[in-house]
Amino acid sequence: MTNAPRTLYQKIWDAHVVDRRDDGTCLIYIDRHIVHEVTSPQAFESLRAAGRPVRRPDLTLAVPDHNLPTTARRDANGNRVPIADPQSAQQLEMLEKNAPAFGIRYIGDADPEQGIVHVVGPEQGFSLPGATIVCGDSHTACNGGLGALAFGIGTSEVEHVLATQTLLLKQSKTFEIRVEGKLGAGVTPKDVILHVIGVIGTAGGTGYVIEYTGNVFREMSVEGRLTVSNMSIEGGARAGLVAPDEITFDYVKGRPYAPKGADWDKAVAWWKSLATDEGATYDKSVFIRAEDIQPTVTWGTSPEDTSGIGGVVPAPEDFADASKRDAVKHSLDYMGLTPGTKLTDVEVQNVFIGSCTNSRIEDIRAAAEVLKGRHKADNVKWAIVVPGSGLVKAQAEAEGLDKIIIDAGLEWREPGCSACLAMNPDKVPAGERCASTSNRNFTGRQGPGARTHLMSPAMAAAAAVTGKLTDVRDLAPAS
Amino acid sequence: MEAINHVAGKAIPFGRKNVDTDVIIPAHWLKTITREGLGKGAFEAVKLEEGNVFTDERWAGAPILIAGDNFGCGSSREHAAWALLDMGVTCVIAPSFSDIFSGNAFKNGILTVALPQEAIDRLMEVAQDETIDVDLDTQSVTTPFQDRFTFEIDPFRKHCLLNGLDEVGLTMAQGDTISGYEGKARETLPFLASPVLAA
Repeated sequence: MTNAPRTLYQKIWDAHVVDRRDDGTCLIYIDRHIVHEVTSPQAFESLRAAGRPVRRPDLTLAVPDHNLPTTARRDANGNRVPIADPQSAQQLEMLEKNAPAFGIRYIGDADPEQGIVHVVGPEQGFSLPGATIVCGDSHTACNGGLGALAFGIGTSEVEHVLATQTLLLKQSKTFEIRVEGKLGAGVTPKDVILHVIGVIGTAGGTGYVIEYTGNVFREMSVEGRLTVSNMSIEGGARAGLVAPDEITFDYVKGRPYAPKGADWDKAVAWWKSLATDEGATYDKSVFIRAEDIQPTVTWGTSPEDTSGIGGVVPAPEDFADASKRDAVKHSLDYMGLTPGTKLTDVEVQNVFIGSCTNSRIEDIRAAAEVLKGRHKADNVKWAIVVPGSGLVKAQAEAEGLDKIIIDAGLEWREPGCSACLAMNPDKVPAGERCASTSNRNFTGRQGPGARTHLMSPAMAAAAAVTGKLTDVRDLAPAS
Repeated sequence: MEAINHVAGKAIPFGRKNVDTDVIIPAHWLKTITREGLGKGAFEAVKLEEGNVFTDERWAGAPILIAGDNFGCGSSREHAAWALLDMGVTCVIAPSFSDIFSGNAFKNGILTVALPQEAIDRLMEVAQDETIDVDLDTQSVTTPFQDRFTFEIDPFRKHCLLNGLDEVGLTMAQGDTISGYEGKARETLPFLASPVLAA
C-alpha cells in the first residue's frame, strides 16, 4: 500500500479487501449483516437446498420490521395478536424460524429492542464506524451516518454474505457533497438531504459513494447524519458516509454491542485515522451553501422533485430535458396537481411521521415540539406517529412526548416500517395526499394511488396542524 | 443461474425514465417467499394506463425491455429482477441502470445493456414493428435494418453470464483466503472481526 492521500471510503475499502482479481473486482469482507423478513426467505431457502451453513452467525442479526402491524402485538393476557394478512404472517414466521435454524440472533416482534433494522443497528451499537454493513434493503445507506460503509443488497447477495461473509464488488467512484454555512431556523437534516437530491437528481450518485463534508455535517448530531445518509440511495448512490468524529464516538460508546475496554480504545484510535486525508481527491464534488436550503417538500413522484416550501408546483415546460418533461406530466397527473399552485395551498388528508429516515428520538421530539398545545386539522383524517424502535418508543414516553402527540389528535403506534411502503396495514387511501417523513414518493409507494409529499418531522407535524403543506416557520403561536 | 448468450425477439418499447422498483413490482407483491409468479404484479400501475405497452398484444411475451435513464432506481428488492424474468424478459436496454438493480439482474441471468439515448431512440422506433437481436459474446445489439450498436460489460459478469456460474459456489471455494483475512482482522480490527452475537 502506498502512502498517497486517501479518502474515507478508500480507507474502509482497503481495510476489507480479502482478495483482489486482475480486473479490479475485490472480495470484500462484511463486518455486520442485518436480515429482515422480506428479502431473506429465498436466500435461506437456497442455503438449505445447497446444504450451506451461515459462515458468521455471530456477525448477523435478524429483525422483522416491514410487515409488522403498528397496532398492539400482544393482547391483555400477553398472547400474540394474530396478523390478519396470511402472507405477511407467513413471511414473519419464516424469519422467526430461519434465524434460530441458522444460529442467528433474532429480535422478536414484541421485544423492546425490536424496530426498523436501520434504527436498531446504530441503536444497539451493532453498526459501527469503519465497518462494512449490509442488509437486503437499500436504506442500509443510513448507517453511513456513523462513518460505516453500508449499503443495500439484493437477495442473491444476502445469500452470498450468509454463506461467505463477503461480497464481490467493484470499487465505486467518490462523490463529495460539501454543505457549508449556517442552516436557517426550521431547516433540518431532512431538508438538507431533500435539497441535495433536488440538486444532484436521483441518478446523480449512480456509481458513486457519497461523502458528506463541510461544517453543516460536522455540527450535525449522529441522528441527523443517519437521516442524511439514509437518503443517499435516493440520490442514486449505494452508500453515503460522514467521517466519524467525537460526536460519533459519544453516540456509540456504551451501546450494547459496542466495543468495550481495550477494544474500545483501539477502535477509537482506528476510527480517528479514517477521515479523508488532506490532498485526497474525489471523483466529483458539489458545493452547496447552507443558506440556500429552505424547509423542503416534494411535489412529484421522484425524490428529486423538490422545492422550498415557498415555491409553486412547476409545469412540465419548466424542464429542458424531454423525457423529464414527460415524467413531470405523468407525475402531476398522478399527484393531481396543477402547475402554478402554491405548495402551501395543497391540502393533505394523511400524515405519517416515521420510517428509517425520520423515526429516531430527535425526530419524535421535533414533531412533538410543533404539536405541543396544538391540534390536528379536521380535514386530516389519519395521522400516525410510528417510532423507529421499541427503545425510541420508551424514551419518547419517558419524556411525555406520546401524550403531546395523542393530545394533538395523532395516533402513537408500535415500531416498524409502516406506511413508508405500506406492506403492513398502514396505507394511504388512493387519491389522497400524505405529508410523510419517509424517503420515497414513488407512484403507489404508500398504497395504490396514494400521493406522497416528503418532508421533515417538524414540517409533517405542521401539515397535521393546518391540514395543508405548511412552512413550519409561519405557524401561529400555539394556544 | 441459467447461462445466457443471445436474446432475440420483440422488445417492449417502454422508454420511460427513472423507472423505480416500486413501479417494476409494488411492495404488496414482496410478501412472497418464493421467486416465482411475480410477472402478474410487474408494472401493475402502468398496466392500468390507457395505451400502455405491457398489456398490448404486440409485445406479449417479449424477451427484451427498452427503458429510459436510471432504470431500476429505488429499493434493493431482487423481486424486480424476478418479476421481469417471470414475465419473460431476459434483457433490458436503457441508457443507464441503478447499481443495485443491475447487480440483481446479473445474478439472475438478466442482461442489462447500456446504450446512449440516441441508440435507445432508434431501438424504440424499430421495436414498434420489428425484432431486436442482442448478442453478449460480440457485445452488440442489431436490428433487421442493419443498425448495430455495441455495448460495454464487465468481463467478469460476462464470463459468469455466458457460463451460468454460481457466484456463491465460486466464493465458497475461496474459504481459506477468507479464513486468512478473518485471522488477520481479529488481530488488527478485533472490534469488528471478533464474535459479537450469540443466537
